[in-house]
Amino acid sequence: MTIAAVEAVDIGKAYGGVAALTKASFTAQAGEVHALVGENGAGKSTLIKIMGGRVRPDSGEIRIGGQAVSLNGPQAAHHLGAWTVFQELTLLPWMTVAENLLLQQEPRSSLGLISRQATLRDADALLARYGVMHIDPRALVEDISLAERQTVEIVRAVSHAPKILFLDEPTSSLVEREVEWLFGQIRRLREQGCSIVFTSHRWAEIRSIADRITIFRGGADVGTFTDIDEDEAVRLMTGRRVEALYPPLTPRPAAAPVMLEARSLSGPNLRQVSFALHQGEVLGVGGLAGHGHRELFRTVFGDAHASGGTLTVQGKEKKFRSPRAAIASGIALVPEDRKTEGLLLRMSVRDNASLAILKRLTRFGILKPQEERRAAQHVVDSLRVRTAGIGLAVGALSGGNQQKVLLGRWLETECQILLLYDVTRGVDVATKHEIYELVASLARSGHAILFYSSDAEELAHLCHRVLVMREGVVAAELHAPGITAEDIVSAAVRDHRAA
Amino acid sequence: MPIPETILAASGPRRSRLSHALTQNIGLALVVALLVACIILYCGLYIATQHRLPGGYELTSTLNNTMPLAFAALAQTLVVLTRGIDLSVGGVIDLTNAVAALTLMGGPVSTTIWTIAILGIGALCGLLNGVLVAVGRLQPILVTLSTLSIFQGIAIKILPQPGGAMPPGFTGVLANPNVPLSLIYIPLIGILWAIFRRTRLGVSVFAIGNDAMAASSHGISVKRTTILAYMLGGVASACAGLFLAANATAGDATTGDTYTLTSIVAAVLGGVSLFGGRGSGLGALFGAFVTVMVVNILFFAHIDPLYQTFYEGLFLLAAVIAANVIGQIVRRRR
Repeated sequence: MTIAAVEAVDIGKAYGGVAALTKASFTAQAGEVHALVGENGAGKSTLIKIMGGRVRPDSGEIRIGGQAVSLNGPQAAHHLGAWTVFQELTLLPWMTVAENLLLQQEPRSSLGLISRQATLRDADALLARYGVMHIDPRALVEDISLAERQTVEIVRAVSHAPKILFLDEPTSSLVEREVEWLFGQIRRLREQGCSIVFTSHRWAEIRSIADRITIFRGGADVGTFTDIDEDEAVRLMTGRRVEALYPPLTPRPAAAPVMLEARSLSGPNLRQVSFALHQGEVLGVGGLAGHGHRELFRTVFGDAHASGGTLTVQGKEKKFRSPRAAIASGIALVPEDRKTEGLLLRMSVRDNASLAILKRLTRFGILKPQEERRAAQHVVDSLRVRTAGIGLAVGALSGGNQQKVLLGRWLETECQILLLYDVTRGVDVATKHEIYELVASLARSGHAILFYSSDAEELAHLCHRVLVMREGVVAAELHAPGITAEDIVSAAVRDHRAA
Repeated sequence: MPIPETILAASGPRRSRLSHALTQNIGLALVVALLVACIILYCGLYIATQHRLPGGYELTSTLNNTMPLAFAALAQTLVVLTRGIDLSVGGVIDLTNAVAALTLMGGPVSTTIWTIAILGIGALCGLLNGVLVAVGRLQPILVTLSTLSIFQGIAIKILPQPGGAMPPGFTGVLANPNVPLSLIYIPLIGILWAIFRRTRLGVSVFAIGNDAMAASSHGISVKRTTILAYMLGGVASACAGLFLAANATAGDATTGDTYTLTSIVAAVLGGVSLFGGRGSGLGALFGAFVTVMVVNILFFAHIDPLYQTFYEGLFLLAAVIAANVIGQIVRRRR
């Protein structure tokens, strides 16, 4: 019998009385790709943090190469050949990509000083060695995209020739081509006998790369499988069937008024974009990352300024100078990166939920605590946010529940136009389902929703119309019913490779 | 060498090295430009009022006046880079200045030994701050506010009245009134900074200022780095105290008080971010010169000394706003 490369045995961990893990176990062999799947809040991220030495478990045992180990820091794990790419990236923002890649192993000159030239050269060689040609090692980390940061982080971990590699949601910010690249790296490591443990919410990816899958629910493992279909896996994770994931599309009323209209909107990475968003409509925006979606949403929300074109809100032409002005016109934005763009993580669920409606909750500038509590409780109840109480810090909730608080905050406002920017990214199946239900019911109740997603499947099922953007222009407009994910993807890449 | 299965190809040409260097060191470029502007303005005012160009005397005295602030700004920078702040800079200067007044009176050997001992006192002051911040997990601003008072108190206790007389040799080396020896010291500080930046400690100081948690997960000891940064800062403050004593040729236990705030001003002008992790000692060095030049300019512009601080404040605000705006424009252009 072979000794497992890495084993977690009955790991338990609680944060402030809330159990994140109760009895979580899995075993990964050398030369195996092992997927950990489960809802957000099932404890996968906590387990990875424990395996990576960042968090100490309350109970249970970690075995590496058959030996019980005590990891009192990431360094201890590194010494045992275990490297981790955490979901919260650990790059230093104001240092260059090269400095980050070679941190603590900088090349020295003959005088014993760190050589910048050699650091750049080594970083360049390292990136080239792993086939990463699109990232400039001279660039500051804060100036590269989230996907590029993720890539750098992966290169850094892989460059240490790990015996065990933990990847927490490595693909959540990557597009198809980058995922392909990552899987190439994973396959190569597997051939070299490395044990790779990763988490993901994308079933197609899990199927294509994982040798075995351990499913988690409520802080414990429910089983390890070599061959399991999605239906069965989703049932084990949540007790729900996959067909029921998307709510049926309610046709939008024929004579609905236009709530938001853009005419020839132009700006950085945005060229002559025109569309009309109607009451009760879910208007999808799709296409490859970096083709102007972000700029479009920011421009409509007043966070970026258009260099040309007009924006009309309920028949009135508007020029938003700030998000504040957009909010005053009844527009709300739910961003993708809830950690940095939307939520105050250290503040309570109550504070976060009431942030957008402080005006309504105050009299003469003084907060009315009862109404604040009521509003927050309403958000928690109506969106089924799983929290120990409204006084809990938002940072302590799972990702999906954080996203629900963020969405709920805007529902408490009187806003009529919702801009949802990749709101289901990194969210588990059950929460995705709840968010889809919510989007559909918001549309039914007369909200107008502009919905960007990096997931074409989601756009195809949820939207009345889908605008596919390419290089800053609307390349195609697709109409429901009958939109498929393939339509969206092919519209996004058509001519793209030729160009 | 493994052959990657999929290559993430570059989409376009990379930005040039120069363009990276400029955008990443915009703070440094701005403070140099500011210094040049100050020097031109100063010369203009000098010619207008004195009807001749400033000469060697003006150069030497300006440099000698700047050296203490240059070291104080460097001390501040070392600590601010770790995402801290050192309000005790003025206190360490007071203390080391007072000790210098009491001890530096013998021959070259005794003076040298005491000079080294005084640098050691600075290091000890920094050690106290660093341990309280890193091990005691106390807020840097609270720790250094307290130690500022403590160091000031000790200074006034050991030197109640200004006094002492610096040996001529000491003044002759550190603040020679006739020969601008500082022209040697300034490049020396620059070289020392460049070396520091290329040591593991230097990289660690920047790294923990960027993100202490991330840095520690890559094996950087946050405690050790923080303590060493405060200690080096203490040594730099002690240098400021010594240069100040040499320039004044006597000691005064309150002479360093103003340096706490001006060191922050110089560091900020030099592009050091108060949020930590960004900036450079060279920038702080130039920032110190700008700060001194502004005082000179106000003097030759015949501004009533009573209103001097008002104009200094106005200048600082304008400089910070301008730096911010220019920085944002440069960032947006890419």
